[in-house]
Amino acid sequence: MNPEQFVINDPINFDFQVNRQSLVDPKILEIEMKNIFDTCWIYVGHESEIKNIGDFKTRNVCGRPVILCRDSNSDIRVYLNACRHRAAVVAREAEGNTRSFFCFYHGWSYNINGELDGVPGKASYPPSFDVTRLGLAEPSHVDSYKGFIFLSFNKDAVPLVEYLAGATEYIDLIVDQSPSGKMEVIKGTQEYDMKANWKLLVENSFDDYHLITTHSTWLNYMKRSGVEIKKPEKGHLMPSHGVGKVLGNGHAVIDNVNFRGRPVAKWIPLYGESTKAEIQKIREELIDRLGPDRANRVAETNRNLVIFPNLVLNDGSAITIRTFHPVKPDLMNVTAWALGPVEESETARAVRLDSFLTFYGPGGFATPDDVEALESVQKGMATFKEVPWSVMSRGMSKEGEQLNTDELHLRAFWIRWKDLMFSQIGR
Amino acid sequence: MNKTHDYRKSDLENFLFHEADLLDQWKLDEWLQLLDENFVYQIPSNDSPETTHKKTLFLVADDCNRVKERVHRLKDKNAHAEFPHSRTRRIISNILVRNINEFENKVTVSLTANFIIYRHKRGGDIRTYVGCYHYVLDENKDSYKIVSKKVILDAYELGSMGLISFIL
Repeated sequence: MNPEQFVINDPINFDFQVNRQSLVDPKILEIEMKNIFDTCWIYVGHESEIKNIGDFKTRNVCGRPVILCRDSNSDIRVYLNACRHRAAVVAREAEGNTRSFFCFYHGWSYNINGELDGVPGKASYPPSFDVTRLGLAEPSHVDSYKGFIFLSFNKDAVPLVEYLAGATEYIDLIVDQSPSGKMEVIKGTQEYDMKANWKLLVENSFDDYHLITTHSTWLNYMKRSGVEIKKPEKGHLMPSHGVGKVLGNGHAVIDNVNFRGRPVAKWIPLYGESTKAEIQKIREELIDRLGPDRANRVAETNRNLVIFPNLVLNDGSAITIRTFHPVKPDLMNVTAWALGPVEESETARAVRLDSFLTFYGPGGFATPDDVEALESVQKGMATFKEVPWSVMSRGMSKEGEQLNTDELHLRAFWIRWKDLMFSQIGR
Repeated sequence: MNKTHDYRKSDLENFLFHEADLLDQWKLDEWLQLLDENFVYQIPSNDSPETTHKKTLFLVADDCNRVKERVHRLKDKNAHAEFPHSRTRRIISNILVRNINEFENKVTVSLTANFIIYRHKRGGDIRTYVGCYHYVLDENKDSYKIVSKKVILDAYELGSMGLISFIL
């Protein structure tokens, strides 16, 4: 396959186009599974989800069932959730605390360190049968950055921090919201499907060009609740200033001046008068701890971060961790969680969760319209033979700053996608 | 089990059927008339049905004002997920009165009812929502007001249902 057949990137002539075949073709998805999902660092979960020894969560990551587990040394482990005997999954619950993983099919069992420690009728196996080589298998690499756990099935993967590149700055801005530097995933998981190609959700997650038209009902809701929505400056589309930035390795971010309120720490009327003092207290703690400039950075800007290929950290009306895996070219499974500081008071936590639901999730005031947009795009994609190209050149001819409504950050994703799909970079 | 509550059964059933009918017909303003001023409407995340929205991420946790705003949004054709409106059909069954509380002339009825909701969008897209409603109703001499409506979905994840873009 010729890379130019899928992404045209011509900075001299300010031309950037993506071929729609990349969003509908099952052969492309096959290559993506190998060249992208089996190559990159992929998000698994958060350290706070497995606090105690023996805690585990089961997930699907890159098409594999995995177990995220805290072992007897309190280390974080990820096991492939498949018995070494006949491959039946050994943990069938969503979560729990256990001393072992037991395969009910023939009774093999594994301890929380993944070691095979029970084989019924072991004497019938030949002498070469070696239990020490039959522990639960693990991905090539598992590592975490400030609580966020990733795996890689690529034995030659670069270290996680190197992979994350400039994205670490934006993860740090999230973690800085906790006085102790510890964030936690809040109970309650939103798991839902979208009938759209997974890359459309990448684009959508940090595309502010769509906000005004796709989310006008949300903007109305904000206005009606007392939030000030300013008229955009001349030549702009958004009520506040925001930029798009490229962070390396396909990661990118939009970084916007906040107008919509933040649980840490910018009060809006929607939060209720009774919470005003508490949000102010959180702000003061930020200023004491981080200094006025950094506190301002944390509390007065929203950031939608895409970590290539399939992790989105939206730090807006609340913080959402959102990850998604393709099932078919036109279907993905999405999982989303809310993240908050561990020491958050009951009031502040309630504000955060309430604020989350004003925008995000399958029942929110905005996400449903995103889903409708992406599913609508996917339907239109059936015309890809007649109309093969989507133009993605907003901002390309501008010198200097790129706006959140430009497409520099979307292009960064697609440039990395093209590199990985058609060459050996990063492998 | 005893028979003492049965006199209410047909009234309650009629009330729930009436509510379902209004929602199926997208008569949302009339639906709002059924709600108590302290109404809450909640849908917990599929993996955490037994929790409070103050500590757990829900799918929906509306107070009365939020639910009015939700209706306001759904009447706007820019609520794209529901424009054109999906067609819905609610089947309500297995109504069980769980508790009747009488206090200072105020009668509050707690009940559960099973539901199946079929949601149709164009192009053969049919999504099925199955679960149990938990209602608290304020009983007055003419009718009922809905004090709270908590919707528990049976599915382990929202999955192919995709969205809760309409009122369940």
